[in-house]
Amino acid sequence: MADTVSSPDVRAILDARGYRPVLEWIARRAEALVIPLAALVVGMVLFSLFILAVGKSPAQLYETMWRGGFGSWFSIQNSLSRGAPLLLAALCVALPARLGLVVIGGEGAIVLGGVAAAATGVALNGAPSFLVILLMGVGGAAAGGIWIGAVGALRHYRAVNETISSLLMAYIAIAVMNHLVEGPLRDPASLNKPSTQPLADIYRVGNIPGMEVHWGLVVGVVACVLSWLLIEKTRWGFAARIAGGNVRAAQVQGLAVGPLIVGFSALAGGFAGLAGTLEVAAVQGSANGSLAAGYGYTGILVAFLARHNPLAIIPVAILLGGIDASGGLIQRRMDLPDATVLVLQGMLFIVILFSETFYGRFKLFNPDLWQRNT
Amino acid sequence: METTDIGLWGVPLAMLGGAIRVSTPFIFVSLGEAITERSGRINLGLEGTLVFGAMSAYAVAVMTGSPWPGLLAAAVAGLCFGLFHGWICKFPKVNDIAIGIALMLFGTGLAFFFGKPFIQPSAPDLPAIPFGAWSDIPQVQAALNVNVLFLIGAALAVLLWWAFRNTRIGLIVRVVGDSADAARAMGLNPNTVRLLATGVGGALAGIGGAYLSLYYPGSWTERISSGQGLMAVALVIFARWNPLGCFAAALLFGGAGALGPALQSVGVTQGYYLFYAAPYILTLIIMIATSSPSRALAGAPGELSITK
Repeated sequence: MADTVSSPDVRAILDARGYRPVLEWIARRAEALVIPLAALVVGMVLFSLFILAVGKSPAQLYETMWRGGFGSWFSIQNSLSRGAPLLLAALCVALPARLGLVVIGGEGAIVLGGVAAAATGVALNGAPSFLVILLMGVGGAAAGGIWIGAVGALRHYRAVNETISSLLMAYIAIAVMNHLVEGPLRDPASLNKPSTQPLADIYRVGNIPGMEVHWGLVVGVVACVLSWLLIEKTRWGFAARIAGGNVRAAQVQGLAVGPLIVGFSALAGGFAGLAGTLEVAAVQGSANGSLAAGYGYTGILVAFLARHNPLAIIPVAILLGGIDASGGLIQRRMDLPDATVLVLQGMLFIVILFSETFYGRFKLFNPDLWQRNT
Repeated sequence: METTDIGLWGVPLAMLGGAIRVSTPFIFVSLGEAITERSGRINLGLEGTLVFGAMSAYAVAVMTGSPWPGLLAAAVAGLCFGLFHGWICKFPKVNDIAIGIALMLFGTGLAFFFGKPFIQPSAPDLPAIPFGAWSDIPQVQAALNVNVLFLIGAALAVLLWWAFRNTRIGLIVRVVGDSADAARAMGLNPNTVRLLATGVGGALAGIGGAYLSLYYPGSWTERISSGQGLMAVALVIFARWNPLGCFAAALLFGGAGALGPALQSVGVTQGYYLFYAAPYILTLIIMIATSSPSRALAGAPGELSITK
């Protein structure tokens, strides 16, 4: 914007050196915070109208939702537990998204990661616990990584649309899990709910000391922070952001786009596989149909709400974990179907996507345009 | 109904019958998606539309005691979802694929929300025509008991194929899909055309959903769809945006989907769940085989984000 900076403006900036740069710094960053928050509020208002239309009180609903999600230490712990897998599931969407890929089949990587972890744990029964837990994590992450890495490879080397292929592969993964859990890996003792053999207690992942929340929360938060560092502070992340902006430009610069896409996809799938591992090692104790609980799909919503920023995923995942956790209370207290939460999530999703259209529209957030008034 | 022992002949026969039964929702959703994609947009939300269509059709059929108002309700509901997608995607920077994913979640959520009271009661079925009445073998009769919607879908595929080539409306949709600039130069508003194309696509997907709840499997449950709405998107690419190809591909998918139950009916239970994955594996293989990194897909609308 060289044409807007004429000499009187420069002097004005220099004169006001005290606060002007600070204001500009805030303004440039405020957009990324104000627009999503405004969209969240608009989404909640629309959902209020929906609740009014079906003859219930929105105020009571939000109050119940707050109580069920964050009102007490008990409910906060519940929300954190539900948010933990969402952190990893959202990374499965956010990392490929930085390269311009829309991967929505994280559910498949979660499911296969869980099965691989359970099989590892059962096969290594008798080995030292730290080794087994470590290898379960490696096995789960590898299974998920191969699955989503294949999606990335198909995208780059065969031009197969990654959105559709990842989703098809999620369905295939669930079929493979059902086959393994009901056939070769089935524990004969699991009658009503076919499962793999239960893990021995010493191979289970426990709770964070002083909390009723398992270590998966810590793993998820660390994964988010590492992903942020990877994208923002390393040359691979820099290359990925360039390739995500314009693949041709990245190729002209000599960046190896193929390995970058496959690598980021595999890492993303690895995180989802880890989510499946934790679901088995910390929650279920064995692999079964409960692995396909929809975390992969809620993770898509989390990633888009966070605009694919790994650090923003942390609060968003916990918020959505809270909304999920309050579903039962809403059902009992207000006599609303459990799908109420799904409707809210869908509305928020649409409003957030719609809000994309407002970025760069407001003068307030663009200091380059302020000059003309001063 | 008594079954005559016809041995392994039962497998191809059951697959034929299954192909006809299972393919009908694929036909409607893929024809709807073909119209939308020919206009240059992708609506991934048809999965949600399908589920909501299934619920509204079932609910209205239960309340009125006739399947036809249910079918109409599903079409109108699908139209609304389609128009919403078409409207919201006209704004700059709003991504049609992402909005589709959101609508998938939203449509499914709404269907579960309003569908809760309708899980128990039973609704009247859509009528079928017994083309197999000439045969004494019950399996043949069962396989050739063809629902009217299948026949309507087949006729619609031919009609659309003809209309895309030979009518003014068909030309308008194609030109908008191939080049928005050319369409504007002709005095057409691409956003209006896409709005209507997505609306019609949604209505057809709603009808596909009505078939699920009112004929096969014929009841409303929260597991009624197994991803038909999404597979239809892949199917349209495979069919090269040609309505007749959509019809053929839908039959192929239906046959693949019927493989598991057909084998089970003759006593093969080994690997049952893997056969269930057959349609998904088939779709994936076809997508891999027909895509190429070096050239654009033949027949692809130029404005489609998925092929750019």
